[in-house]
Amino acid sequence: MNKIAHLLRRMNLGSTIMLIILVALWSTPTVGLLITSLRPRSVAEISPWWEALLNPIGTAWTLDAYQNSLAGGMLSSLINTIAVSVPATILPLMIAANAAYAFTFLKFKGKEFFFATLVALMVIPVQSSLIPVLRGMVWIQRTFDVQLTGTYVSAWLVHSAFAMPLAIYTLRNFMMTLPISLIEAAKVDGASYYQIFWKLVLPMSAPAIASFAIFQFLWVWNDYLIAFIFVGEQKSVMTYQLLRLLGQYGEGWQDVAAGSFISLIIPLIVFFSLQRFIVRGLLAGSVKG
Amino acid sequence: MSDIIFGLVSIVIGIAASYGLYWLLNFLLSLLPERISRNAAWLAFLTPAAVLVILVLIVPLLQTVVWSFMDDRVKAWVGFKNYVDLFTDKRFLGILLNNFLWVLVVPAITVAIGTAVATLTNQVGPTRERIFKSLIFMPMAISFVAAATIWSYFYSYVPPGRPEVGLLNALVKLSGFEAQPWLTMDQGRLNSFLLMAVVVWLQVGYSMVVISAAIKNVPEETIEAAQLDGASAWQVFAGVVLPQVWGTVMSVFVTVLILVMKVFDIVLSMTRGNFTTSVLAFEWYKQFFENSNIGPASAVVTVLVLLIGPLMYLQIKTVQQQEALR
Repeated sequence: MNKIAHLLRRMNLGSTIMLIILVALWSTPTVGLLITSLRPRSVAEISPWWEALLNPIGTAWTLDAYQNSLAGGMLSSLINTIAVSVPATILPLMIAANAAYAFTFLKFKGKEFFFATLVALMVIPVQSSLIPVLRGMVWIQRTFDVQLTGTYVSAWLVHSAFAMPLAIYTLRNFMMTLPISLIEAAKVDGASYYQIFWKLVLPMSAPAIASFAIFQFLWVWNDYLIAFIFVGEQKSVMTYQLLRLLGQYGEGWQDVAAGSFISLIIPLIVFFSLQRFIVRGLLAGSVKG
Repeated sequence: MSDIIFGLVSIVIGIAASYGLYWLLNFLLSLLPERISRNAAWLAFLTPAAVLVILVLIVPLLQTVVWSFMDDRVKAWVGFKNYVDLFTDKRFLGILLNNFLWVLVVPAITVAIGTAVATLTNQVGPTRERIFKSLIFMPMAISFVAAATIWSYFYSYVPPGRPEVGLLNALVKLSGFEAQPWLTMDQGRLNSFLLMAVVVWLQVGYSMVVISAAIKNVPEETIEAAQLDGASAWQVFAGVVLPQVWGTVMSVFVTVLILVMKVFDIVLSMTRGNFTTSVLAFEWYKQFFENSNIGPASAVVTVLVLLIGPLMYLQIKTVQQQEALR
């Protein structure tokens, strides 16, 4: 008897059971919507999803909702989302890496002041500048006849700007751990700052850049507000389509459910394949408030 | 197909152009005499970031503050009228109360569950730890809009006579009560609390990961010493582990607090701010996009910035502490 009790303690049964309950609680809402997205509408309306879970063979399954959703605009939104997200990840990282390099290795007046300003800007809500930026873009359009609103470019610019404080901050923190002797040696050999940055500092900062890139990508991919304001309907991203579908759930949950999971495929692939980097990034402080 | 090509082309052009910009800046710099170009090198690296931050963050922020003293179309000055209107409007005071409730509830619960999960997963061995953590952490990859869809379905309500599809109402019925249209029920801000649950669900993964790393850094000796003295598991946790990870717990708390102050997407997607669930960031959206009231919208967001201001101070303090440790 004592042996069994000992074995149970070694397996940490109590903790495991508590965790299983918690994980079940955490996953249930997602599983419910996933199952619903895979059932024919006529069935899902009269039989709740847990009945399908309890009797998976006796119930009907279909991918119709996914087809509908893709044909109904989700596919072009997927492309738009990629076109917004990829540059809105690469551009800010490139700009921030350059700036972080200046903050870490170069000497200039007012460095501490600029850096403190950046840190302070990290908590400012995006809403505080969006109306003037939008009106500014409309003004540029009227004055110089350059179309910015409704294009990907405007979203790239705005996302890049909002990523700046946190990106510069995390990249600088990483660059400060790089061996300064290596950079000094390169300088003695006559390398310019430009060469040192591209050939030495940038490759050595790859781990920090990778983990920030994942965060920025997920952030932009999942953003609604900036895409709604600056890209809008013409090139609507997936969060935009999803919200539109959610407004019509009276016509059945299937399409919005399928749409949700289509929008989740890429973030979940990124998440599960790069989880290690995500954890590392979180611990380095790259999380957007 | 043309969409794909257009997208690809714009991606390539966008990235090439920004690389070209840095090349150009450095090229221009290299034309200057050696002594000057060495000392001005920082300009080439910093200028693009500075221009972006000044034009898209700082100037617009100041513009917003200025506009908060102007009328709907930002044509005429109105002094403090927008602020007076806001603070004499019962509905706006309700919005402030909502923000206050969010701040009061979400960070504390998120940190508490995160600490609990971090502690539990630390005891079950690496394989189970990895699986449990992944599943709790997974919502991190989900957009607020997708999360809102998932939870709207969980809370969903169908008119009487038809079978329930929402799990919450099915459970309520199973316990012998009537199904309820949960998201429309603002008695005691019930629906706001249901929205908060979604944000807790999304954020616990973050708090768990960070706190878990801190717990793993607690020196074994301190725990073993307490165990030798006969301390119970709870005593070890509360007396030895928790004090050593308290700094981390607080920093997670502040991060979630800042996030919650700006909560927006969840309210927009789940209730559109109806049924007294509106918060400051949503009210800004409504004033601007639904009513085109630029002055009042600017005033709302200025109030939000002022409320976040003290947190900015906390943020700078934390950074300074970290710098000192370097």
